[in-house]
Amino acid sequence: MSLTLIVLLPFIGAVLPAIMIRAGRNACATATGSITLLALILLMAKAPAVISGEVFQVSYSWLPELGLNVTFFLDGLGLLFATLILGIGLLIIIYARFYLSKDDPMGRFYAFLLLFQGAMVGIVLSDNILLLLVFWELTSLSSFLLIGYWKHLPEGRQGARMALAVTGAGGLAMIAGMLILGDIVGSYDLTVILQNADLIQASPMYVPALVLILLGCFTKSAQFPFHFWLPHAMAAPTPVSAYLHSATMVKAGIFLMARMWPVLSGTPEWFYIVATAGLVTMVLGAWIAIFKHDLKGLLAYSTVSHLGLITMLLGFGTPIAAVAGVFHIINHATFKAALFMTAGIIDHETGTRDIRRLGGLLNLMPIAGTIGIISAASMAGIIPLNGFLSKEMMLEEAWHTMWLDQGWVVPLLATVGAIFSVAYSFRFIFHVWMGKPRDENLPHHPHDPPFGMWGPPALLTVLVVLIGLFPAVIAGPLVAATSSAVIGGELPEYHLALWHGLTPALGMSVIAIVVGALLLMRHGALISATANLSRPDAKAMFDCAIAKLVALSRVISDNLHNGSLQRYLSVMIVASVAIGVSGFYAEPDHTAGTRELLDVSPAAAIGWVLLVVTSIAAVVMHHNRLLSLLLVGVIGLIVSLGFIYLSAPDLALTQISVEVVTVILMLLALNILPKETPKESLPGRKLRDGVVSIAAGLGIGGAIWAIMTRDLPNSISAYHLANSKIEGGGTNVVNVILVDFRGFDTFGEIIVLGIAALSIFALIETVTQGEAAKRLANWVVSNRRSADRHPMMMVVATRVMLPLSLMVGVYIFLRGHNEPGGGFIAGLVVSVALVMQYMASGFGWTQNRMKVNYHGMIGLGVIAAAITGASAWVAGLPFLTSGFVHVHLPIVGEFELASAMGFDLGVFLTVVGAVMLALAKLSQVERMAEHIDVNLDPMDHDPSVRIATPEKEA
Amino acid sequence: MGDWIVIPIVLPAVMAALIVLAVRHDILLQRVFSITATVALVAVTLSLLIFANGNGPEMYALSDWPAPFGIVLVLDRLSAMMIFLTSLLGLGVVLFASSEWDQRGKHFHALFQFQLMGVNGAFLTGDLFNLFVFFEVLLIASYGLMLHGAGADRLKAGMQYVVVNLTGSALFLVGVGMIYSVTGTLNMADLAIQVANIAPGDAALLRAGALVLLLVFCVKAAMVPIHFWLPGTYANAPAPVAALFAIMTKVGAYSVLRVYSLAFGDTAGDMAWLAQPYILPAALITIAVGMIGVLAAKRLNNLIAFAVIGSMGTLLTAIGLFTPESISAGLYYLLHSTFSAAALFLIADLVVSRRGQFGDSLNTAPVFHQSGFLAVLFFIGAIGMAGMPPLSGFIGKLQILDASRDSDAMVWIWSVILVTSLMCIIGFGRAGSVLFWKSSSLDGEIVVEGAKWPVLPIISACGMLGGLVALTVFAGPISHYLNGTADQIFDTSQYIRAVLGDGALAQFGQ
Repeated sequence: MSLTLIVLLPFIGAVLPAIMIRAGRNACATATGSITLLALILLMAKAPAVISGEVFQVSYSWLPELGLNVTFFLDGLGLLFATLILGIGLLIIIYARFYLSKDDPMGRFYAFLLLFQGAMVGIVLSDNILLLLVFWELTSLSSFLLIGYWKHLPEGRQGARMALAVTGAGGLAMIAGMLILGDIVGSYDLTVILQNADLIQASPMYVPALVLILLGCFTKSAQFPFHFWLPHAMAAPTPVSAYLHSATMVKAGIFLMARMWPVLSGTPEWFYIVATAGLVTMVLGAWIAIFKHDLKGLLAYSTVSHLGLITMLLGFGTPIAAVAGVFHIINHATFKAALFMTAGIIDHETGTRDIRRLGGLLNLMPIAGTIGIISAASMAGIIPLNGFLSKEMMLEEAWHTMWLDQGWVVPLLATVGAIFSVAYSFRFIFHVWMGKPRDENLPHHPHDPPFGMWGPPALLTVLVVLIGLFPAVIAGPLVAATSSAVIGGELPEYHLALWHGLTPALGMSVIAIVVGALLLMRHGALISATANLSRPDAKAMFDCAIAKLVALSRVISDNLHNGSLQRYLSVMIVASVAIGVSGFYAEPDHTAGTRELLDVSPAAAIGWVLLVVTSIAAVVMHHNRLLSLLLVGVIGLIVSLGFIYLSAPDLALTQISVEVVTVILMLLALNILPKETPKESLPGRKLRDGVVSIAAGLGIGGAIWAIMTRDLPNSISAYHLANSKIEGGGTNVVNVILVDFRGFDTFGEIIVLGIAALSIFALIETVTQGEAAKRLANWVVSNRRSADRHPMMMVVATRVMLPLSLMVGVYIFLRGHNEPGGGFIAGLVVSVALVMQYMASGFGWTQNRMKVNYHGMIGLGVIAAAITGASAWVAGLPFLTSGFVHVHLPIVGEFELASAMGFDLGVFLTVVGAVMLALAKLSQVERMAEHIDVNLDPMDHDPSVRIATPEKEA
Repeated sequence: MGDWIVIPIVLPAVMAALIVLAVRHDILLQRVFSITATVALVAVTLSLLIFANGNGPEMYALSDWPAPFGIVLVLDRLSAMMIFLTSLLGLGVVLFASSEWDQRGKHFHALFQFQLMGVNGAFLTGDLFNLFVFFEVLLIASYGLMLHGAGADRLKAGMQYVVVNLTGSALFLVGVGMIYSVTGTLNMADLAIQVANIAPGDAALLRAGALVLLLVFCVKAAMVPIHFWLPGTYANAPAPVAALFAIMTKVGAYSVLRVYSLAFGDTAGDMAWLAQPYILPAALITIAVGMIGVLAAKRLNNLIAFAVIGSMGTLLTAIGLFTPESISAGLYYLLHSTFSAAALFLIADLVVSRRGQFGDSLNTAPVFHQSGFLAVLFFIGAIGMAGMPPLSGFIGKLQILDASRDSDAMVWIWSVILVTSLMCIIGFGRAGSVLFWKSSSLDGEIVVEGAKWPVLPIISACGMLGGLVALTVFAGPISHYLNGTADQIFDTSQYIRAVLGDGALAQFGQ
């Protein structure tokens, strides 16, 4: 339990600083520190048992199906890292309290820091490797936030993004690696995985898994060639650099290599990848560090180099090298964190981190100077400090290592690395602290910082010395416990001591110190000698790569999504034709239909010819909007005739009334559109569109031919025909289908109609109050306008027709259940009758007499249909179940009353409401464009008033 | 559950009609009606979900006609989950819109309720033609909603949306017509039986029809190369509508899953898993196109829209594998991507409304109000969308990778998903950096009018993120439910028995 709490505490505690900052900076720092201290105490309580070999475990199920569970375990390795994370974390929190300026949002800083801390502790305590992945990526994310903490600095933002991209990429590779690993072993639990070295190394998937996992480790731990992000992460505040980018996060990759060491190491692949990468990183990092003038830059590359050193040791694959690696992890964490904090102190006190401007600081700030010099000496590997011990062990192992059967490669390069390391460490000592001040005009006058800032590095420096002097006493048990956890077996024979006799390693050390010192003495010459060497600038390359990636993406995306509806539609149509045709021909056994073809009657032939001609005419003359609308109307009429010819009167009625209504509505819209559409398509485009549409036409035609020439199988229609009268109470099957068999479809469709009308209303209502209203107000009215907009003949005729049309509507509505008709058609017919009034007598006159709210009509229609449907619930039947009774009334006689009629009424109301609402709204646009008031008189010329001479229109 | 099954359709329909009829002049009453109805919908769909969890599929025969002759609704684990998801999303959207958006145009709440009706209907129906009807309902309602508030870009994008989707509707009819011509049925369960027993001479028409229909569903699901309508539509729609649209693409994915596992699954003989060879490669390309768009985006809303395309690709990849494991993983990802897309669109609106004239362009602008708070929300949302730990996107992707282990295309799937995740991280990293960090390097502050802390929108956006957190924390129980769902989808006899009774199964050869 307390194990889980150690991980959870920083996460939960992350809220504290964010709110405690309101109580002041001290309260904020104290709260943060308490959280970490508490976690550290919990950890320390377990330390003795772990060092004596006990392993703590705890597990909760999270997603057992996947194998992702919340399981933690604490062994020596976990203990070492958790101690580093929490211990150094505590020091950093204290340090940061004094480091951050008043302008920096401290609550946010500590919150991010705790999030990071939790993620880091999570990594080192996870038993489940999928859980480990979760924490792994969380460290990338929290590090992103911390690097970008000073968001006004471009370096911070760019460094943050680069770190996220590189470590994020590694993390993604590692996801794949871990999944493969889990598959090989059959478990994602480390405790199980670590027992299965043979199984893993024998698997054909070993190499892919290894490479992918190492990608994760190398990116995180900044191993060559992924080392470039780390120096740029130094844009973060110094406490972050000290904590994340030297002591903890960058060691996560090292941790994982150590964790997986028992099962992944020992193979040639492991050796050549890991040891080589480590070796190269060590030498390269140290070399670059010599040339860095920025203190933090120097330390950053030094960190890269030391991480390489540890990686190389782990890569050797021998137990004793692993012990050396573990020991160096401890030593590096102590001296490097101290060095970073010292660099922060210098920056804070002098206002610069440029070594060329510094010098002689020891006299000005003796405490910080002492700390810095001792730590840097340890970094150089000077006896008797802890850095010397582990470097000695490293050189000893390098001495024994063959690389491609060559014994000299590793020792030589290791010595070279050590030389460089001495050189930059000495530079840190001599160019910063010794000598005379080089720049008298530093931004601040340097003096020692408050205790809060030098206390934490001082504590670490004490450790540096103590471990150096008494390695076996101070670090021995921890090294032993950790190493046995890394090795997963018996510990090799080793001694943590200052003096091992006159060994080759000692010789290499001496060479390193001497040559390194010489190198520094010639530093100026070295700088000028190498000044002209072209150095690959990783940041420029990375930025360039990202910029190219973005540019390429823009080319692809913008060209693909060019906003052309024609293109989108043609792609879609081509795709549908292709998929349909290829599907059709994928089945070899298609049998053609066997129905006999009807004879071509003259009527059908004429209709067909008309249809073809009007269609072609519509294509040819589509630039003229009015003409093409008329042609479409003609096509619609022929289709209606076709329905009649094929014995589908309901369809024909619907089609005709729909045609009438749509043509009228579209005519209204056409009035304010240009009369002609612009000619936009080039011949090539026309050809393409022609080919596409012919292909689509052939496809549809072919499908229809195939369908209509074959008999329907035993379809559901037969049941509808058989049950329409008996069960549905109507002889018009189409209507019974509409209101009963598939009444639910109709319920949906009337709603579609209602929505369409409401949308038209909403659109026009909004548009006519915005920009478009101004355009309409400035509309230039065409003067080719009829002088007699409301001809008397038409006014009179429509008035006579109105009651007749309404009667027809009622008739069609009532007979619908048994004969062609029904609510839908009746609604359209009535709408047409009303529309005619508007057209003939004008909007204002008609509106004054039609005081019906069409919104309400739509709503009422839907509700009527729904209530009819729901009334079946009263009888315990499902929604929309219909019932009918035969009623006998005097005079009228016997007739049938079906509940479906209520439903049909709903249909009727919705249709009328929808059509009329759309019309009303469209005509409003017209009125705005025409700049005319609504007419209250039915006719422009009142025939009862005699006019002497009709005025000619100007 | 009896009549309760039809309530998720009838309730919003009646509520929309009532709003139009009675309270269209009063925005407050509209809000009260709309929110109340949506809360009720959440309650109803939750009880349906609980029922479906404990019972097999249940049929509801509308108009009391026996299947396959009338229209049926079917409540099973899958449909129950989808309607519950819809209502949760709907609640978030209506709360967000009830602050200010709903006043920018007319009839927002009515159209919104109709939209819920359409979506729920599409999820519940067991009838192919009825599915068409609900596709129409949700298309027209969404078109109306998309144009809400008007504006030139929106009208232009809306035109593309409606034209492409109406073409899709026409193709839907073509597909269904071809299928009907050889199977004589519209009922999905019955279709499964007819497909299993199809005469060899009819197979060509059936296959062609089924593929055309597949294409239509994939238009809705925004699969490449028929995804073109999505970026413009989502990027230009009003924020709450864009958030609601997060479920619209899922309707397409759901339809693919429903029809092509039920009727064209194991039992379909030669036509078994007909959709698979088409979906999988196209889905992988969809991910790539989406994430390329994320990198290319110059506007925040475009960025999110392309991320949605990418996430649809991921979802379709999982569905396209058509194994119980992949379906379970895909459904988990479906839940995740719905919430994460909705959350991001809502957060983006909060950002855009505070950036004044700078809108959603990814250019540096001065600091805006609540930049810090919104940065946190955006960060969480972006983590979710990119599939980074610890949120559900990571778990979803992990499950999909895990489920594709045995596929022939495993290397492809893993590479595409992982590489594009990186592209997504980079894209969102750049965007967030510009929006929230770079602004501090400029002087001044953007001042806009409006509520400083709009309560409902913030609750709504946080609620969507809360959905991601809940999906993460309860990944275990949710996956358990989804595994049961995938098993139920694969055991098609359960569905067929529920709709057609035991007798039908005999013809099915089971």
